[in-house]
Amino acid sequence: MKLNKVVGLLSSAALATALSVSLVAAQDGDNVIRIASQTPLSGPQSVLGVSMSNAVRLAIDELSQPLVDMGYTVEYVPFDDQATPEVGVSNAQQIVADPSILAVVGHLNSGVAIPSSEVYNENDLVMISPANTNPAITDRGYATVNRVCGRDDLQGPTGANYAAELGITSAYVLHDTTAYGQGVAEYFQDEAERLGITVLGFEGTEEASNFDAIIQPILAQSPELIYFGGIYSQTAAFLAQARAAGYEGLFMGPDGTDSTEFAAIAGDAAVGTLYTTVAGPASIYPNAAAFIESYTEAFGEGPQPFAAQSYDSTAIALQAIQAAIESTGGLPSRADVAAAVRATADYEGLTGTITFDANGDPEIGLYYVIEVVSGDPAEWSNNSIIATLEIPSPLTAAAMAEATPAS
Amino acid sequence: MSSESLSPRQGGLLDPLIQSEAWQRFSHTGFYRFIVFPIGQIIVFIVAATVFLTALAYLVALLIPEPRPNIVLSDQISRQLPGMVISGISIGFVYAMVALGYTLVYGVLKFINFAHSEIFMFGSVIGFAFMNFLSSAGVLADWNPVVLVIATILISGIASGLLAVLIERVAYKPLRNAPRLVPLITAIGISFILQDVVRALASITINDFNLTYPTRNIAFFQNPIPVVIGTNEVRVRMTSIIIVIAAVIMLLALNYFVNGTKAGRGIRAISMDQATSGLMGIPVNLMISLTFFIGGAFGGAAGALFGLNVGNVTPYIGFIPGLKAFTAAVLGGIGNITGALLGGLLIGMIEAFLNGLLPYFPAIGIRYTDIITFGILIAVLIFRPSGLLGERVDEKV
Repeated sequence: MKLNKVVGLLSSAALATALSVSLVAAQDGDNVIRIASQTPLSGPQSVLGVSMSNAVRLAIDELSQPLVDMGYTVEYVPFDDQATPEVGVSNAQQIVADPSILAVVGHLNSGVAIPSSEVYNENDLVMISPANTNPAITDRGYATVNRVCGRDDLQGPTGANYAAELGITSAYVLHDTTAYGQGVAEYFQDEAERLGITVLGFEGTEEASNFDAIIQPILAQSPELIYFGGIYSQTAAFLAQARAAGYEGLFMGPDGTDSTEFAAIAGDAAVGTLYTTVAGPASIYPNAAAFIESYTEAFGEGPQPFAAQSYDSTAIALQAIQAAIESTGGLPSRADVAAAVRATADYEGLTGTITFDANGDPEIGLYYVIEVVSGDPAEWSNNSIIATLEIPSPLTAAAMAEATPAS
Repeated sequence: MSSESLSPRQGGLLDPLIQSEAWQRFSHTGFYRFIVFPIGQIIVFIVAATVFLTALAYLVALLIPEPRPNIVLSDQISRQLPGMVISGISIGFVYAMVALGYTLVYGVLKFINFAHSEIFMFGSVIGFAFMNFLSSAGVLADWNPVVLVIATILISGIASGLLAVLIERVAYKPLRNAPRLVPLITAIGISFILQDVVRALASITINDFNLTYPTRNIAFFQNPIPVVIGTNEVRVRMTSIIIVIAAVIMLLALNYFVNGTKAGRGIRAISMDQATSGLMGIPVNLMISLTFFIGGAFGGAAGALFGLNVGNVTPYIGFIPGLKAFTAAVLGGIGNITGALLGGLLIGMIEAFLNGLLPYFPAIGIRYTDIITFGILIAVLIFRPSGLLGERVDEKV
């Protein structure tokens, strides 16, 4: 009984503190601009999520000076979406409730970004995504939703094209049943079939650790390539077990493969893995050398994939807020900021020159095919880039197709 | 695995043998009761499950010979059969060992210890921590693999057993006279606490969430063993064989403990009637702690074996195997040790067959594996509400 009372007291004290903190936060004036991020800071995908959050923090530290000079304070509020749609949406509701938040950088997972961005869009809050590749992110045509990376309906086919170039004739396609994994796997499958590759199986599984039984029908059909649309924590465990069970063909994945953890989990089995990505390691971007240096200095380890994209997303948000302040003459509304973000043209970021099309896709997306060279996570940034492709977004491609016959 | 169910029945084909004096003498020796009979039982379960599921698969192949163009289902079944059976047996033993923890605790306290799935996870993490310690000391490769496996099983088993005892003392004992729903909710709470404590410890100590067994680059554990069956060569994973051998040895030990020792008799007694056992001088609290220790040790050892097999564990891996093992315990008849073994093997085999053959039915696919597995559980419970072996054995241990 006594213990219960103590616990009760403690928790009400904690609640009171939390309330007063949020009250203080809500009151402190008109000159505070907050930028939120939503990435998985805990859970199996936190390696990527934490690095993205770090990059946002770094961008705000380095690039908010113009806004400070105008008399504003720029603050960073990181949120943990736990790679879970429900958590992402409930965070989103918390984010839109804070009027000083003018932009969101996030998410890592398309399955989380899609429902969360519904909440942002209802409240005119702009989202700039560093990593969401599912086509539905921008195809909804929302004025508030943008991304700086490429799309799965171009990334999946990029993988299939490369497989066909290698002379692969049969493939087995797996996915993790999420919007991202299943989406990219379907685009891979469609393009592979179009190119004459026999797809021996198309399966979705949420199994995270024991793949023994799932491997059996794959071994029985001995495909030349397995494509796994999913995130490294699952795909690397699968690959290690498939190799231990005697699978000798190629293994390919989308950008969810791209993390040092893939090598940490799969070990030597990772060598030779091919993956397509919309975000190469930061070291491949010519403009990113200074970023890698300051990131490593600030956080004690090198940036993960999507960190440079997160930095660019934040930079675009800051620049747009500044433009909106200049045109409105005071603290801009969220809609003003969203319009300013969409108007971003020829922005020279770390990852290239970014111009948003009418849907919020970058007009030209960069797509890479990369091969894993070592089972040592420390060697991950040395993975060799086999091909780099510049592919226009669907809207841009349509515009180009219209323009060509006329000229 | 009680030997009581062996009592000779009337009118059987084997009566002349069973009633012969030599057999009667043999059947009362320890060698028979603690070695021959339980191993025979395990073999019977495996063979029965294999025959039943294979027959069912071929029946489906007869009805739908070509579920997809260019795929002859019966050919695929015969090609995959050994692989499916082996993976089914190995995961089945893991489920069975975890199911024992649920069933033992249910036997003595009549409540479902939902924190048991986290004991399983804890065992897998301890197994990782031990191997990681050896690996960072640079001596992992020098250890004899057999010694390494035995040491890992012992360490994670003992650590998990002690954790289970601690949880019982702290969280369940004060609630022993509360309604049965109360410890159930406590168990779910404990389960969350354990997940997050392990996660916090893993982040603090090695700053990583995915804990990868360092054995993944040791040839002994990784190189598949080729076995030629008929015309096709099957590769068996070493870790599958380790699971099966370790599980059989541990099950034999458990059978001996429960049916052949004084402490085992004490546990059986309190599972029948706690109050009376206490009056008869059986130390009830000690016996309950012992039950938790054994259940926890089996769960933890299963966790380490599972980790060795899958190679990568996280603080959240306990939930799904825990749920499957609980299903296995209910399917076999909760409170019944033999039932947990049968249930675990059945669930593992059913899963392996479904995962192996559903890909040939594009409209269904392996995402329906769990739905079908749980459907079978519901169907069995409709006809046998107390599980497959729930009624046959009187004593519930």
